[in-house]
Amino acid sequence: MSFRSNLEKVLSDGKFAVTAEIGPPKGSDPNKITKKAEMLKGYADAFNITDNQTAVVRMSSIAGCYILLKMDMEPIMQMTCRDRNRIALQSDVLGASALGIKNLLCLTGDHQSFGNHPSAKGVFDIDSMQLIQIVKNMRDKGTFQNGDEILAGRPNVFIGAAANPFADPFELRVDRLRKKIKAGADFIQTQSVYNIDKFNNWIDEVRSNGLDKKVHILAGVTPLKSLKMAERMKFHVPGVDIPDTIYNRMKNANEPKKEGYEIALETVREVKNINGIRGVHITALFWEDIIPSLVEEADIRTMH
Amino acid sequence: MIITKQKNFEDLLESSGKGPVFIIGCNECATLCHTGGEEEVLAMKDAFEKKQVQVSGWVVLEPACHLNNDKRLLRSFKEELSRSKKILVLACGNGVQTITEIFDDKDIISGTDTLFLGEIKRANEFDKRCNMCGECLLDLFGGLCPVSRCPKSMLNGPCGGAKEGKCEINPDRDCVWDQIYNRLKQSGKLHLLDEIQKPKDWSKSLEMRREI
Repeated sequence: MSFRSNLEKVLSDGKFAVTAEIGPPKGSDPNKITKKAEMLKGYADAFNITDNQTAVVRMSSIAGCYILLKMDMEPIMQMTCRDRNRIALQSDVLGASALGIKNLLCLTGDHQSFGNHPSAKGVFDIDSMQLIQIVKNMRDKGTFQNGDEILAGRPNVFIGAAANPFADPFELRVDRLRKKIKAGADFIQTQSVYNIDKFNNWIDEVRSNGLDKKVHILAGVTPLKSLKMAERMKFHVPGVDIPDTIYNRMKNANEPKKEGYEIALETVREVKNINGIRGVHITALFWEDIIPSLVEEADIRTMH
Repeated sequence: MIITKQKNFEDLLESSGKGPVFIIGCNECATLCHTGGEEEVLAMKDAFEKKQVQVSGWVVLEPACHLNNDKRLLRSFKEELSRSKKILVLACGNGVQTITEIFDDKDIISGTDTLFLGEIKRANEFDKRCNMCGECLLDLFGGLCPVSRCPKSMLNGPCGGAKEGKCEINPDRDCVWDQIYNRLKQSGKLHLLDEIQKPKDWSKSLEMRREI
């Protein structure tokens, strides 16, 4: 069987997958990406390149992905619906595929009011669900959103989507996952897990609906680098659920950075043993150099 | 209703120069918003006069967006208007432009910022309810509009940011998707959310003219 990407192969072979996020720089210097990439090479099966995350202008995802490709590393191109309409998005899907990008992660995107250009006009012509469906139709039916036929080459990409097991209303979280699968998601990267109990409740329901058999789910892990970061994540970042137990551990720790690392390590070990979880997605914000030791120590080093 | 807010007085003062200024209000939306009713028009007149800006006259139109009615009502102010260099309109963006259409030799000053189409919740409290997208989808969402009330206009919401029923953009605002969920659950119509809503036809929102 042929696979669209290395990530798809790893997941289809039933191996525990690791993906890691690389944030592009606020500038045009490609070395900022190559340096991070060199450090992470071999520690993950594929690498997410974010698309102006938190609505802050950075080097484009497609360019970051291309830099990784030149280094023989596999990118996952993140695409949000905030800055581009369906014309631009479909055009970028074609362009990404032409460059050799094999994985796309379809997101609605953080609202522009959170970023550094809050006076920008948000596009939101379509939402993530519709983007997933559009990419799937481009790939499988060879049609654009308007029904026109793709004339020269379908984008043969592995389609990813996000899931947040912690947002409200909780009752809708599994339904929404089902809908994303129906739309065409092949793999899921979840919001960062700190509340293991709530995550377990979610995955139990995912399993009882048989959804873990229909999509590959990677649990999100974000090491907390400092108490300040824990506070920001707990109180100010939408959609993140840091329970008091974790927060207090950070607060009472002599070395919060070490404690944050320990929490992340425990989380990776725990989610690794959860039935239905097929990998981890590590987002080490401004702390990418922690990923190699985290991966080594959790014994999930890939080299697949 | 069209919800407006008055522009900063200092800015209006600057735009008005020394006058003479004729002030126009509107007896509908701007009156209910307290931005351009008789009370606000007279308050503006006083405030201008205190700053030595000459006010040649005033009227509250019924309503300002009614072209022919405006022409008729303004006839009785021919003399005042002929002395006026500028006309300050305390009405919505539509009302202002209807006045622009009537006078081609005067500076028209917009006295308000037009915010949204919304409801009056209680006195002085307004909530956005409609984007005038040209193709109403309310039936699909229990009568609650995600196009106008979700900051990301998500047709397949909610996003992952809502917390305890509040929107991630502004914790003072209810998440409309939370409301949609609760309403459909209550009426036993949650199955409506199983359907993937297709991309919206935004071309319907580009209508510029309608004749009956």
